Amino acid sequence: MANTPTVTKRSSRVLRENAAGYAFIGPMFLGLLVFTIVPTILSAILSFSEWSFIAGIDKIKFVGFSNYAKLLDDDVFLLSMKNNLVLLLAVPIQIVVSLLIAVVVDRLVYFKSLFKVVFFLPYISSIVAVAIVFQLLFHPSYGPINSFLTAIGIDNPPKWLADIHYALPSVMIILIWIGIGFCLIVYLAALQSIPRDLYESADIDGAGAWTRFSRITFPLVSPTTFFLLVTGLISSFKSFDIIKVLTEGRPANTTSVITYYLYTTAFENLKTGYASSIAWLLFGCVLLITLVQLYGQKKWVNY
Amino acid sequence: MRYKHIAGRAVATFLMLIVGIAFVLPFAWMISASVKPEIDVFKYPIEWIPKQWMAYDNYREVWFGEYPFVTYYWNTIKVTVLTTIVSVVVSCMAAYGFSHVDFKGRNALFVVVLMTFMIPSASILVPQFMIFRWLNLFDTHLGLILLGSFSALGTFMMRQFFLGIHKDYLDAGRMDGAGHARIFVGIAMPLVRPAIATYAILRFIWTWNDYANPLIFLRSDALSTIQLGIQKFASESGVYYSLIMAGTVSAILPLIAIFVVGQKQVIEGISLGGVKG
Repeated sequence: MANTPTVTKRSSRVLRENAAGYAFIGPMFLGLLVFTIVPTILSAILSFSEWSFIAGIDKIKFVGFSNYAKLLDDDVFLLSMKNNLVLLLAVPIQIVVSLLIAVVVDRLVYFKSLFKVVFFLPYISSIVAVAIVFQLLFHPSYGPINSFLTAIGIDNPPKWLADIHYALPSVMIILIWIGIGFCLIVYLAALQSIPRDLYESADIDGAGAWTRFSRITFPLVSPTTFFLLVTGLISSFKSFDIIKVLTEGRPANTTSVITYYLYTTAFENLKTGYASSIAWLLFGCVLLITLVQLYGQKKWVNY
Repeated sequence: MRYKHIAGRAVATFLMLIVGIAFVLPFAWMISASVKPEIDVFKYPIEWIPKQWMAYDNYREVWFGEYPFVTYYWNTIKVTVLTTIVSVVVSCMAAYGFSHVDFKGRNALFVVVLMTFMIPSASILVPQFMIFRWLNLFDTHLGLILLGSFSALGTFMMRQFFLGIHKDYLDAGRMDGAGHARIFVGIAMPLVRPAIATYAILRFIWTWNDYANPLIFLRSDALSTIQLGIQKFASESGVYYSLIMAGTVSAILPLIAIFVVGQKQVIEGISLGGVKG
């Protein structure tokens, strides 16, 4: 009986704490619920249906796994998927180049901060602007790149974005160009955290530049490399803006990617159900990379 | 030994300058093309500094000609500023809740928030579009602002900073009888001010550059943002490349300005969390 006031006081404190907690996270949680969680569930349900969102909700028809089965026979989808896989190649290239630049810029140059800004410019510029500029730079007949190539004696320079063989590599070059700044900044931060005396004792042992890089720098930044690899692969799968503005999948779908095909299927051909099954395959790819990350982090990375 | 060192540095700097040129040239070409007459744009050898200037005419044509660039600009500023403010407030609140309020189900809810982080935005465009129609958010700036404001990334990033606040500061407030609301506004927020600046600048850059969301969730030209605007301008005005470049420069310039001012915050934010937009 004597305890009652303290108990009520305590439980009212707990209640108040709970109420405060829900009030603080409420707006964010509600937003994520409406704009992310519910759409994810809806997308999963719709992926088993044949439906177009301009028809009423009563026109919806559930077709089981047939959307997914159709995807396996869909040439444009398979080509887009293949292009996505090819574009993944840009990620390791970009990582290697930015590590090299980072090592040089970190300790060996004057004007370090100027270089940081220069390499970072593409990252802060909008993809739309970058894509428009590169469309002109790569222009097959009078773009400056081909004018230059012709001037130095190359008679038939590639038609870049207009050529079915060169279009995807051109996209890749642009992706690498955009992505280096981000990797570089992350690498520079990682290099800062390597203790200087490791290099000093290597110097005393007479280790050359390559030994220092391969025995000290490379192993010690491996968590960063792994992180950049995973985020790079995921964002490569998600890239949409660049394709939409730069090529719209042309020529002949040779630069189409999953997200772009998803966009045209959903918003131009209005096949909501089919588009949702593409969306879930995309989600599956991203999930797969994430799982490999969780598993691989313990296994491959030297801490 | 010392001379050798200086020579080595000079060589490395020179090498990096050459690599750096590949990063600057496209921007230099863009700016150069935007201030010259159309017929000089593709002239080769490239006239980096134009012999004949058309800067005034080009930019006037873009800004006050057929396409409402002033409107695009105003729309972008409005959407970007409001998204940044709402996103910072909502993210900080959630971050404080997830780090310093001890409520039931906190960990489970935080895991749910983190899981939304993995969902590619392209995967949910279609249902988002439907929900926008149902809630009458389609073709409104409000919808775009809301969409940009709720991000697991913001919550996660700010939570890291809130976790860094020593409990003693907050406990001192509690001793004085302050509730969570007062502690949050009066003690916690001021302590993470540099982190707020970092997140705000990153969110500003991402929103300003966002193209996919305006493309899908806006329809009226009068509501278009600058990214949508220059893309429309580039694909519809066909061969007026100097004007297209003037539009592109106009779209990028404010960001470069912000980056130059907030460079330290941006680079810190990127290197700290390794966050990606």
